[in-house]
Amino acid sequence: MSRVLTYREALREAIAEEMERDERVFVMGEEVGHYQGAYKVTEGLLDRFGAERIVDTPIAELGFAGIGIGAAVCGLRPIIEFMTFNFSASAFDAIINHAAKFRQMSGGQFSCPIVFRGPNGAARQTGSQHSQCFEGIYGHFPGLWVVCPSSAADAKGLLKTAIRSDDPVVFLEGERLYGLKGEVPEGEHLVPLGKADIKREGRHVTVVTWGLGVPVSLAAANQLSARGIELEIIDLRSLRPFDLDLVLESVKKTNRAVVVHEHWPYGGTGAEVVLRIQEEAFDWLDAPVARVAGIDVPMPYASVLEESVIPTADRVVQAVRRVTYTS
Amino acid sequence: MAKIIEMPKLSPTMEEGTLVKWYRTEGDVVAIDDLLAEVETDKATMEFRAFDKGVLLKRLVPEGATVKLGAPVAILGAKGEDVSALVARASGVSAQGAQAPAVGPAAPRATEAAAAPEPAVRPAATRKEGERVLASPLVRRIARESEVDLGDVEGTGPNGRIVKRDLDVYLSSPRRPEERAASAPAGALPSRVVPLTSMRKTIARRMVESKTTVPHFYLTIDVDAGPLVGAQAALNAELAAIAKAESTEPEKVSVNDLLIKAAAVCLRRVPAVNASYSPDGLVFHSRVDVSVAVALDDGLVTPVVRDADALGVLEIGREVRALAKAARAKKLKPEQMQDGTFSISNLGMFGIDEFAAVINPPEGAILAVGQVRDEPVVAAGAVVAGKRLRLTLSCDHRVVDGAVGARYLQVLRRLLETPATMLL
Repeated sequence: MSRVLTYREALREAIAEEMERDERVFVMGEEVGHYQGAYKVTEGLLDRFGAERIVDTPIAELGFAGIGIGAAVCGLRPIIEFMTFNFSASAFDAIINHAAKFRQMSGGQFSCPIVFRGPNGAARQTGSQHSQCFEGIYGHFPGLWVVCPSSAADAKGLLKTAIRSDDPVVFLEGERLYGLKGEVPEGEHLVPLGKADIKREGRHVTVVTWGLGVPVSLAAANQLSARGIELEIIDLRSLRPFDLDLVLESVKKTNRAVVVHEHWPYGGTGAEVVLRIQEEAFDWLDAPVARVAGIDVPMPYASVLEESVIPTADRVVQAVRRVTYTS
Repeated sequence: MAKIIEMPKLSPTMEEGTLVKWYRTEGDVVAIDDLLAEVETDKATMEFRAFDKGVLLKRLVPEGATVKLGAPVAILGAKGEDVSALVARASGVSAQGAQAPAVGPAAPRATEAAAAPEPAVRPAATRKEGERVLASPLVRRIARESEVDLGDVEGTGPNGRIVKRDLDVYLSSPRRPEERAASAPAGALPSRVVPLTSMRKTIARRMVESKTTVPHFYLTIDVDAGPLVGAQAALNAELAAIAKAESTEPEKVSVNDLLIKAAAVCLRRVPAVNASYSPDGLVFHSRVDVSVAVALDDGLVTPVVRDADALGVLEIGREVRALAKAARAKKLKPEQMQDGTFSISNLGMFGIDEFAAVINPPEGAILAVGQVRDEPVVAAGAVVAGKRLRLTLSCDHRVVDGAVGARYLQVLRRLLETPATMLL
């Protein structure tokens, strides 16, 4: 059975189900308990599971991330919520130098089964310090899994899998996606890490995207379909590792690829995807791989400027025209 | 004062040249007769040397580009001179010059592309010969697998890049030349189209010119080749003995060397065949310069053995081998290929008994030589084993009449059957 839930409710259901299933699972972060979560993901969980498992923290990201890592190494399964991933910058050392390294530096004696989760990317008019994307940064470090669901069903399925992972997972939620509704299976619904999903089938152009890029690309696909160009939209869901096989299979079918993402272009995850496509599918490409990314500036506060920085369906359409040589 | 350097005439029949390699870069000081570049003409790869001194201010043509005779290739002048006006003038000229050699069958296909149901195409610039073909990796792979020559495919992508839809249009086009020619059964693999080299264009142009403007007629004679083969054996035995005495590698003469000698001597005896037609009058040549057809992997050339009548057979053999070697290395100079007065073409080594050759204008005749055959012959009323050789003379009837050509072959036969008479 499935029913329609919001992305936010699907995340909450995943946490609750895993907390019911495994008493080692607990949530820790700013405003997760009494305030019911800054984005209401943890709403109702304090009443249901008590203050020992829904832990409100001081405004001290490095501290509670470090505590979570210690707890994970000692056998618990913490879910660390950052109010936004922008604040994970304060916990950067704990995440990249401790969580990502425990298994390797202990020669496999310890693992660090922890989930760092929270909203990623631009909200609306939260300014340059609160509108950033972190997949490129965390994806850079071996030892971390990085995932980014774009639908309610994937949000639930990926979070449950992430909580069960024996290694640290950076779980990037879409700040603009929390209200998105979709069918979500009840109960045991697990989405494997490292597997992409075709969100729309098409034969002319492969669009590789994730997070906010998925609804943007789907809107572009609707525009282009009316003109006879069918996009195949691959939602990577997992960014490290990413599902290269599915991407290549699609590119070999369409001969053209556009990579769409919200984060900056320079040295980002998209750059890695583009590289791998040209390395592995060079002889199938009929056009250079195009990229649609956030504009390479700190996010402006003014809403009209903000909207011009974040990728839009129109920009995806333009990129598709470039790779199909239609102007 | 800066000036434009133009593509010079590096061979007498050259109409365009491919700039193979630059030897000077922009900013280099150039003296008169300095090597500027190498140019592939219709005949050979030639040195392009400076006629003036100065500083090479601008190279107007990339390596690999084909340029019409007289088209701008570089600008020479004083150091630091402003050449923008000259560059603009030169590019205007070369744009006009580039129109003519456009790939022929491509133009109608562009119209088809525009009518294709897929997204409409932009008109593409027609590629110049020798220009790099831009194509997507996918197109290159498909072209490799289906053996399509991308030089024939019109590209509609940025800068004329060939993209998949262009190849689709090309592959489905009934105007593909090889399909017209072959009318291959359905499902047959597509044929390969190789672009015309300068040499191939020259061969095509000159052979069409010859066969359409020169009234050919053909005379064939059968020769007893026994004495000729005997003379060859005697000469080679002598050469071997000399070499042995001097402890060197023996040289050899071939039947072909003897034939060149005989044909040349015969031209002295029948000078009416050593002649060319011209609108101003018949030209009777004072020298006997024999053009020898040399087959190459990608065509043929006809280097000239000068004063062949006066050379010994050994000298003729050396000269022919040196010329053939230079021809295969594409190092023949134009003067080594021009102003022959008569041609010999020998296909005997392929087992050909006889054939008729096409005259190499403005020469008046060409001798086609078949193989030496072992055949029963009648000698003194008895059938004995003999050697025969068939020769066919193609004559330009404007200058050589039937009886004159026949007389030439008659004398030639006597020379070949009694080789000692060549000494007269």
